[in-house]
Amino acid sequence: MGYAVEVRDLTVAYRQKPVLWDIDLKVPRGVLNAIVGPNGAGKTTLMKAILGLIKPAAGQVLLNGAPYSRHSVRVGYVPQRGSVDWDFPTNVLDVTLMGLYGRIGWMRRVGRKERKLALQALEQVGMQDYAQRQISQLSGGQQQRVFLARALVQDAEIYFMDEPLQGVDATTERAIITLLRQLRAQGKTVMVVHHDLQTVTSYFDNVLLLNVRRIASGPVEEVFTEENLRLTYGGRVAFVQASG
Amino acid sequence: MDFITALLEDYTLRTVALGTALLGAVSGALGSFAVLRRQSLLGDAISHAALPGIGLAFLITGSKYPLILMIGAALTGWLATAAVMVVTSRSRIKYDSALGLVLSVFFGLGLVVLTFIQKLPDARQAGLDAFLFGQAASLIERDVVTMAFLGGVALLLLLVLWKEFKLLSFDLEFAQSLFLPVRALDLMLTTLLVMAIVIGLQTVGVVLMSALIVAPAAAARQWTDRLGIMVALSMIIGAGAGVAGSLLSTESSRLPTGPTIVLCVTAVMVVSLMVSPARGILWCRLRRRHRNRQLRQEALLLDLYALAGQHRDRFHAHDESVLIIMRATRASVRKPLTALAERGWVRSSGLAKWSLTQAGVEESQRLMRERAS
Repeated sequence: MGYAVEVRDLTVAYRQKPVLWDIDLKVPRGVLNAIVGPNGAGKTTLMKAILGLIKPAAGQVLLNGAPYSRHSVRVGYVPQRGSVDWDFPTNVLDVTLMGLYGRIGWMRRVGRKERKLALQALEQVGMQDYAQRQISQLSGGQQQRVFLARALVQDAEIYFMDEPLQGVDATTERAIITLLRQLRAQGKTVMVVHHDLQTVTSYFDNVLLLNVRRIASGPVEEVFTEENLRLTYGGRVAFVQASG
Repeated sequence: MDFITALLEDYTLRTVALGTALLGAVSGALGSFAVLRRQSLLGDAISHAALPGIGLAFLITGSKYPLILMIGAALTGWLATAAVMVVTSRSRIKYDSALGLVLSVFFGLGLVVLTFIQKLPDARQAGLDAFLFGQAASLIERDVVTMAFLGGVALLLLLVLWKEFKLLSFDLEFAQSLFLPVRALDLMLTTLLVMAIVIGLQTVGVVLMSALIVAPAAAARQWTDRLGIMVALSMIIGAGAGVAGSLLSTESSRLPTGPTIVLCVTAVMVVSLMVSPARGILWCRLRRRHRNRQLRQEALLLDLYALAGQHRDRFHAHDESVLIIMRATRASVRKPLTALAERGWVRSSGLAKWSLTQAGVEESQRLMRERAS
């Protein structure tokens, strides 16, 4: 049984300056994998490079054992919440439906079947009552749930989520974690850029410690050690209770 | 009434009205996407950059046929867009500076070409300078036919690629993650914007054309939160302003068309910014004033409640001056107190003395609970 995500010698550079250097990574299927590292460590860049949104200078990415293409594997993507204009004139249902745009195909309109799928996804994140709500009226946590619903509707095998827990309230955080565990129970793999070191051990199975280079990766209990954290954060981390 | 009959009977007026309605609608539709994608200034660069294209097209072909001039305009307009992209991606010059740079260089070139043409010993060039500020009166049937054709194509493509364009405008990277060809779509949407601008140039002029891209969309955004309705409204506003402006300028030939249209559309925009229900400045201000007034009243009520707590008699009357000191303001407390009295929460007991009522006590307690939770 191969790996869900396999990255070999991945290097990404902006204007000659490497932001990711020679990354190797293997993530088994059906795990929740955190990507952890300081600001500017290249967490988002890694995610985008794996998804083909950024062209790497070198390296190879395999998803479910094959180079990622439109038909090789279904992938769901949750970008950072702040990456879009929430004052865009559209509503919650509409944004959720966007997850299906790739599948609906050219020149076709959104149909009843798609609408039903989108409503189901909204129900999964507890936003079914907000379907017609203007997106500018949502709180941060609600925005995050809508983005999650948009990824859920993609019915993917591998999910990539960029800081889904950033700045959300406690209720939303619990709801999202429950959802991640449901996805894992269905055999899906979820890659999550994560900021809160305190919760890594309780939320995730695997972790990648990243700071331009790969510091360490693997099961949380093996890899999430004080020493590795110090290597990742360069001694700036006042974090004692490593793998507790 | 006379005017409408004149419009129906007068062939020239009808042509002008039809043409400007068309260009207003098309620029309103594509302008909505430009505004949402924060590319309003790109529209300005494109329209200014169209000027050398018009001149060069005339120099090369010697023809003033609308389609030929429009193709020339589209080519240099499009080239300007490409130039902006190259400058921003290959250098450290920022987007806004690149736009300013490209706009002025192309416009300068256009003026040089136009001046050169005017010095030619040839009568055919007459009228090309109308492209600077636009001239609706110069519209004839073949112009309108060309505009209708190009505009129709642009609107049709917009409709066909609607959901892709919507996603591209809202979340480009997510579109890319769905394997949508975002570069091609981006190119397409920009090309449609170029088309929308080009068909308006003869009537509105290169200098002010961008107003017709931005203003109808900005006005429409005030009234709705749905993309489809926004585009439709923007088209109606663009068409309406186009017709109004061009007819006004044709009626009294002293008014230049482009500026008149721009003034019309600006009027609509200003009204929309002021009075639209959800976002209008006027309503927002009224709502805020109402809220502030209510907060002031609640604060006073709680002050009175706190003061009353120091006495055995909960309905003990207190002097206004105490309340003023507690609020640490010099503003009068008489007005909010009177408002509270009207709601039955306080009552005046003699000169500038106020006390709580039973309902006021209950309301204070409710407010305290609300704030504690």
